[in-house]
Amino acid sequence: MSRHSVVVDHIAKSYGRVKAVGNLSLDVGRGELFGIIGPDGAGKTTLFRILATLMLPDSGRATVGGLDVVADYRAVRGIIGYMPGRFSLYPDLTVEENLEFFATVFGTTVEANRHLVDDIYRQIEPFRKRPAGKLSGGMKQKLALSCALIHKPEVLLLDEPTTGVDPVSRKEFWAMLLKLRNEGITILVSTPYMDEATLCDRIALVKDGSLLGTDTPGGIVGRYPTALYAVRSADMHRLMADLAGYTGAASAFSFGDTFHVTLAPGTAPADLQSHLAALGHKAVCIEQTAPTVEDCFMLLSKKEE
Amino acid sequence: MRQFKSFVKKEFLQIFRDRRTLLILLAMPLVLVMALGYAIKTELNNARMAVFDASKDARTLRIKEAFRASKWFTIVEEAPTMARIDELFSRGEISMALVFGPDFAATMGKPAGETAIQVIADGTDPNQAAMLTAYAQGVMATATGAGGGIGIHTRMLYNPQQKSSYNFVPGVMGLVLMLICAMMTSVAIVREKETGTMEVLLASPMKPLHIILSKMAPYFTLSVVNIVTVLLLAVFVMGVPIRGSIAWLSVASVLFIVVALALGLLISTLVDRQMSALLVSGIGLMMPTLVFSGLIFPIENMPAALRWISDIIPARWYISAVRKIMIEGTGPESFAKELCIIALMAVVLMAAAMKKFKVRLC
Repeated sequence: MSRHSVVVDHIAKSYGRVKAVGNLSLDVGRGELFGIIGPDGAGKTTLFRILATLMLPDSGRATVGGLDVVADYRAVRGIIGYMPGRFSLYPDLTVEENLEFFATVFGTTVEANRHLVDDIYRQIEPFRKRPAGKLSGGMKQKLALSCALIHKPEVLLLDEPTTGVDPVSRKEFWAMLLKLRNEGITILVSTPYMDEATLCDRIALVKDGSLLGTDTPGGIVGRYPTALYAVRSADMHRLMADLAGYTGAASAFSFGDTFHVTLAPGTAPADLQSHLAALGHKAVCIEQTAPTVEDCFMLLSKKEE
Repeated sequence: MRQFKSFVKKEFLQIFRDRRTLLILLAMPLVLVMALGYAIKTELNNARMAVFDASKDARTLRIKEAFRASKWFTIVEEAPTMARIDELFSRGEISMALVFGPDFAATMGKPAGETAIQVIADGTDPNQAAMLTAYAQGVMATATGAGGGIGIHTRMLYNPQQKSSYNFVPGVMGLVLMLICAMMTSVAIVREKETGTMEVLLASPMKPLHIILSKMAPYFTLSVVNIVTVLLLAVFVMGVPIRGSIAWLSVASVLFIVVALALGLLISTLVDRQMSALLVSGIGLMMPTLVFSGLIFPIENMPAALRWISDIIPARWYISAVRKIMIEGTGPESFAKELCIIALMAVVLMAAAMKKFKVRLC
């Protein structure tokens, strides 16, 4: 048995002339919680559909649990739990009926694997008689995860499970994923939220169908090459334009309520400070800050261009 | 098997929860049978006609009496001249005229076309005209004891009261089954695509063939229920007899349901939206079924090109078989051809649908 649970080997897929995934390769270790991080349109959904045997790649090959997703697609379907990006349960069936239905479709029963989904299911159980379509966004995702888990899959493929989910539910959802990882289930999860990346064992940053980098979140952040500064002033709107127009700033992008700025070689924070002061900015605050996955993503995608 | 059962149960749950669909499924056959059987009557009732009689002898008198006595015709005028007949037609006062030549009695024994009698019908509505002349021939045949044509014989034989519901019930059955099976199956499968559940089902270990079969089973059941209701309605409310074998009627119906289900499945593989599924089954199946199955327009009256089209309409063969089984009450040898064609269509369409069913999203 291979050490790797999911292997993507030079996969490419285009829709007509639009390239969705271009020559992408990555390995996911057994029992790993692996995050695919990238903005909308990065090709995450296409990659998941190829791995879930729902799409054929134009070139390259991929295996899940050692099984080829094209040649052994039937066997692959037996070992994966797939949760598509959009809500894909029966809105007119109740929570209970959905779970039971998916359990039988996968040839098992709710009782047999109750322990796997118990934590999650207990949260939605008060609503078990409610039609799935009438659940809140977070509840829907928890039910969908339960349905994807009910047959105890070897590999869990979760395509943007937290998109459109409130922050509290997102946190709970990730807590569940960590628990499932500890049960030994390999989890491949995609998200456009960079803050979720740090919770993964390893992450792959993707943009426009290409891989920007794969590493542990710490590794990715640790490789950030330069000092990063968080810049603030009283007039944030004007600050953005002024930073963009300043040749001493190598890059600048908005990050929460500050701007993250890297400086061109030979420029010191003090130079920036005086430049901004000269432009009439008040309450300018420049602090060195630790780079995040998002900073790395911006840097890498800039390099790519 | 457990997968299959659970799937069918789920499907029924969804059908019963969707009141609108349920109403359509259960009420549509009844409404259609009522509407087509009663409202769109094609039987005649006191059609207004005029007579121009140049012979005025005992024979023409007898024929005229027969028309007067018949409940299908009312003679509004004995026109003194042919010009008057034209006038009545152009004023729309009559829809048919009966003209006797001066030597009618002498030509009576001769073949059609050489006898000195003419039936003129208002051709604005060709169906109506065809019916008027057919009825008129029937009246004359009984009045003179001689046949006026071949067509009337069959018609009079199997539908002596000239009840249009006799002809409509088999037609409505064909239509309703086509509608329920094809439309509902295609919509039900496409709905899974729309809600995204098809994505999950495909990524599950359930065999695509099983997905198809379990999707079809509920609609098959519903269609059988519909056949039974339509037949009960036909027999007990509309007084249409089932003269032939109920077993053969069931065989034909089941085969036809399979054809319709396969068509529905085929449609569902071609479209991605419930709306388009409805449109395609509506326009692609309903209209041809209505127009080309012989339900409304007699196939015999169609130009050759349209007859060829009607040959590939499954309902045409089903309706023909049902007419033979129910109304004519003839044996299997008379409708074997129809059954074979339906069975062949079922096999071909099913194979095509299975082949077209995608095991992946694209």
